[in-house]
Amino acid sequence: MNLAMPSLLAQIPTEMSPGTLQVVMLTSAVLFAVGMIGFLTRRNMILMFLCTELMFQAAAIAMIAFGRMHLDPQGQVFVIFILTVAAAEAALALGLVVLLYRRKPTLDAEAWSELKEC
Amino acid sequence: MLSAVSTIASSTLVALAAPAGGDGAHGSPAGEPFGFQHPIRAAVESTDLSLAQWIVWLPAISAVLCGLYAALGVKNRLPAWTTVAALAGSFVIAVLTLMRLDPTTDQPVVVHLFDWIDLSWSSDAGSATDRWHSLRANFALYLDGLSAYWIIFVTLLGTLIAFYASEYMDEDRGIGYCRFFAGVSIFLFAMTCLVLGENLVMLYLGWEGVGLASYLLIGYYYRKPAAVAAAKKAFIMNRIGDVGLAIGIYLIWLEYGSLQYDVLFDALQGGDAGAGQYDGWAAALIPWCLMLGAFGKSAQLPLYVWLPDAMEGPTPVSALIHAATMVTAGVYLIARTMPLFLLNQADGGHALEVVAWVGGLTALLAATIGMAQYDIKRVMAYSTVSQLGYMFMGLGVLSTFGACYHVLTHAFFKALLFLCCGAIMHGFGGQLDLRKLSGLRRLKGWRIVCWTMFIGGLWLAGFPFSAGFFSKDEILAQAFISPGVGFRALGWIGIVTAGLTAYYTFRVWFRVFTGPTYYKPEEDHGHDDHGHDHDGEFHPHAPGFRIKLVLVLLSIGAIWLAAGYFLSGFWGTQPWIKQAIENSSAGTGLQLFPEGAHPTLFGFDPHLSMYFVSGSFGIVGLGLAWWFHCVNRKSADDLRNWMLSRRWIGWLPKAMERKWYVDEIYIGAIRFPLWITSQALYVFDRIFVDGLMVNGTARLPRFAAEIFRPLYNGVLQGYGASMAGGLALVLAWLVWVWMRGGI
Repeated sequence: MNLAMPSLLAQIPTEMSPGTLQVVMLTSAVLFAVGMIGFLTRRNMILMFLCTELMFQAAAIAMIAFGRMHLDPQGQVFVIFILTVAAAEAALALGLVVLLYRRKPTLDAEAWSELKEC
Repeated sequence: MLSAVSTIASSTLVALAAPAGGDGAHGSPAGEPFGFQHPIRAAVESTDLSLAQWIVWLPAISAVLCGLYAALGVKNRLPAWTTVAALAGSFVIAVLTLMRLDPTTDQPVVVHLFDWIDLSWSSDAGSATDRWHSLRANFALYLDGLSAYWIIFVTLLGTLIAFYASEYMDEDRGIGYCRFFAGVSIFLFAMTCLVLGENLVMLYLGWEGVGLASYLLIGYYYRKPAAVAAAKKAFIMNRIGDVGLAIGIYLIWLEYGSLQYDVLFDALQGGDAGAGQYDGWAAALIPWCLMLGAFGKSAQLPLYVWLPDAMEGPTPVSALIHAATMVTAGVYLIARTMPLFLLNQADGGHALEVVAWVGGLTALLAATIGMAQYDIKRVMAYSTVSQLGYMFMGLGVLSTFGACYHVLTHAFFKALLFLCCGAIMHGFGGQLDLRKLSGLRRLKGWRIVCWTMFIGGLWLAGFPFSAGFFSKDEILAQAFISPGVGFRALGWIGIVTAGLTAYYTFRVWFRVFTGPTYYKPEEDHGHDDHGHDHDGEFHPHAPGFRIKLVLVLLSIGAIWLAAGYFLSGFWGTQPWIKQAIENSSAGTGLQLFPEGAHPTLFGFDPHLSMYFVSGSFGIVGLGLAWWFHCVNRKSADDLRNWMLSRRWIGWLPKAMERKWYVDEIYIGAIRFPLWITSQALYVFDRIFVDGLMVNGTARLPRFAAEIFRPLYNGVLQGYGASMAGGLALVLAWLVWVWMRGGI
């Protein structure tokens, strides 16, 4: 990408070493795995929601890492978007959870399977 | 735009009409004009007789007024008096018209009322003035001997029957009363259109109009399933005939270029009859199509079955249908289009012979059925079918005068008989079974009904010197004179039928009016409950003044008809009616044969010997009825039981009582196959079209969904797992591709 301010570019350190990237990617993968396992094993809706947030952040870390590696700010831009969307989505999701809790005093996701086929 | 359309239309029509200019390939041999012995003169247009239009308009006004009364909720007898006044007015105007017209001259008069269908077009090939480039069917009246004669008795009998109905329908006063008289007015309006119309389109208008009115009136008691079924039957049977008439009219326009009687007759006499664009077969087909229409409307074999059922309507309606209107329309149609039939005969066609034979066979068949029925109205209904058979026989053997005269006499005595039956039905709580009525002669207040019905019976039986005797003999004698396939045999069939007629007529009369007096009301009658007293005993109520007056007037009319015919013979001139018919377009028949050279019957002129032959057959029939049903009633039952117990003859009384199984044959031959076909189509429709095509297509997505449905089990983790699994699969695939060095 053609950047407008080459002087700034000069201040950015050199490319990340593949070893560092590997570590960061591993962190991201572990975070994603933790989130997915949490999502698949927990029944509490708030916890499940938190797990999805974990998976989100795992993806965000991976993007920052790649952006840093290629010296490309697109990764960070994406992450800022992801955070914004995640914030909005958190508000919505928690709101939904509150509403659902008002209808049935439970946080168990199993309780909301009325639309299932047979 | 409009002109473009008309250009296309005209070019098509010109293409159809183009061969008109050529000589008639069909019709008279060698292009010579067809020689009608008695030329039909061209009509003159007259404004002097414009009064005649009120014959048509008065019933129409009355119909509208009766509808208005129904809307206003009139409860008194106003509809009846309106109708009677309108019909009486029509009758008076018809008489005035007749007197001014003098139908014994052969000059037809056309009275133009208004333009109805008046189209003409021109092209390079022809002008807009000739008949091949126009379609004219204006609302105009064609007054000649035939139509003037016909309209007289139609309006007179309509008036009398409406007057009778004003008392007969009293129990239904209110909206039913209005509905009834509106129907009668429509009936008469349609009939006057039919008879007086100047062209075949107007005739068709009236033709369909009487069909509609008969449907409305037969189904008058619309809560009664039998009446509704009878109305539908009448309408549907008539439709079959009407298709024939419609095709006939269409072919006439195609072949002769005009539907106006005047132009048509002129064309027929001019020799350029039959454009011949179908090698003559279309022109040859015309009489057969018209015949089918006439057979449907006039209840001839095989389309007669609607008429006996039509008595489900109120009795005045039966009288109206059987006597003056409706059934006489078929006779009128053939009499009116007689030149076409004569043309067919001159061509070697057999249309007239078929008319005669169908008439003769219908007469015999209906008479045998009438002999074995127990419902007196049904006997009268079959006798109408039988008498109509005589009329068609008369037309077929070229005695149009006999046929038309028989229509007149039959109209009077059959109206009389039906109205007598109506009076009995009215007075005895709907009872019509002649086994449950006897000796009514001695009841107080029934004498007039008794003796007027006796006169009607004598006239129907063709008792010597009655009007029915003369009119029937005219037809029968002509059957022995005219050359045609088996006409002599047909004459004998007619004579035997005359004997049967006398028998069944007087079977009714002797059973009902003579013998020990007893009567029973119909068990479940709802027609006239005031016959019962509080103690539950039944008291008949004798007919009132108006019913009696009509009966007396009709008998006087019937007697006068005979006297008129008889006396005119003494004066050495042709009877007035004969002149009227012979001078109209219908009357060209008898002149086709040389005078004096005709065959004889028992060595005498058939007209002379017929007086004795048919008279004696009638007296024998009457005597048998007297013996079996008055003197020794037990013998009739004995005879029936004896016949039933013998194997070789036992089928006969049964078959006659079951009306020769004609209704059953219709059910077996037409209704059942149609029912089977419809059931098969129904099953096909349900299984193939609905089941496989429509619902099958609709079920396809559902079957597919059936496979995937278990995946949606509502467990959120399950969805998550499948998403993760899917992701894993995609990743594994990517890795696999990468391992193979793809990316």
